[in-house]
Amino acid sequence: MKFTKELTKGFVKDNPIFVLVLGLCPTLAVTTSVINGLGMGLAATFVLMCSNTIVSMIKNITPPKIRIPIYIVVIASFVTIVDMVMAAYLPALHKSLGLFIPLIVVNCIILGRAEAFASKNNVLMSIADGIGMGLGFTLSLVVIATVREILGAGTWLGMRVTPLSYDPMLIAILAPGAFITLGFLMALINMIKEKK
Amino acid sequence: MGYLGEIFVMAMTAIFIQNFVLARFLGLCPYLGVSKKLDSAIGMGMAVIFVMTLASAITFLINKYLLIPYNIMYLQTIAFILTIASLVQFVEMVIQKNAPALYKSLGVFLPLITTNCAVLGVAILNTTAFRSDSVTPYNFLDSILNGFFSGVGFTVVLVAMAGLRMRMDKADLPKSMKGMPIALIIAGIMALAFYGFMGFQI
Repeated sequence: MKFTKELTKGFVKDNPIFVLVLGLCPTLAVTTSVINGLGMGLAATFVLMCSNTIVSMIKNITPPKIRIPIYIVVIASFVTIVDMVMAAYLPALHKSLGLFIPLIVVNCIILGRAEAFASKNNVLMSIADGIGMGLGFTLSLVVIATVREILGAGTWLGMRVTPLSYDPMLIAILAPGAFITLGFLMALINMIKEKK
Repeated sequence: MGYLGEIFVMAMTAIFIQNFVLARFLGLCPYLGVSKKLDSAIGMGMAVIFVMTLASAITFLINKYLLIPYNIMYLQTIAFILTIASLVQFVEMVIQKNAPALYKSLGVFLPLITTNCAVLGVAILNTTAFRSDSVTPYNFLDSILNGFFSGVGFTVVLVAMAGLRMRMDKADLPKSMKGMPIALIIAGIMALAFYGFMGFQI
């Protein structure tokens, strides 16, 4: 039961983006289309799950003073794996995510979960936490990307969803649109929370 | 165009046209996290300029004399992030020992910089960047200058944002808009203003 709790807390209650406001750089940069958001989210989920597992396994032999460099090496190794696998099997996605794949290393969500959760809990719980937080991150990316792609290109996952007479607002998929969309989505979530 | 012209183009591109925060989305966490007060924004900005310049220099040397000759380019991410983490730690210790006054104003920001993606971002971008003729790859000096100007660009928008947010505190906003949402919308409007610079032909 605790397992399911750790697994689902990242979806809404402790959502990494909307509630904890972590990892904003990839959030805003890659959400120009749903497919990019999904790709980045799943890549981060994989890294988060693996790094949580390893960090939790070595928590008793990690010297506390140099724990951060150790965590960074663990995370960077998995990011390199993701980078190389993506370049080999999904070259188009790899190209459109570009710089932000190596930058998963400095995504605060991953180091944050290693430090705050995996270094204190057992392996099973850490895996659940990693998957949950990763999927919560993916979900938020898909929500933001949905708004931006529909407004900015009139499509969802590449399929046309708006009538042909709709003139896409290009601004939504440009840089300013990213900030404004996230700002309004956060305000909306705050409003729903207050109503409760 | 001489080398001075090249430097000018690089500065304009890094500060205005391809601003690290507003156009490239790098370093957003400190941009939104440390922009509540003007003093701390300036302190953070100075620390970032310093670390970015130094990190550009060292990662350039590591890339050219270690990773490329031994053909281990795939270790780039790990090598760079470790270099940056140890560099930040080292700088912190040196400043603490030799310049306590500087440490007092910059010290608290230094540990945060390791996870600032702008620093790793500029290091990775420098390895693939070209000069304005788009054939010559960056040399050692170019990389250092690019690191410095990118840091300046980050500081400019961070300080501007802090000024705006301090005024925004007094504004009468709906409760759900307060704090992060309005900060993001201001950032969006700033990004829109910076889009105006993109039309420049240099």
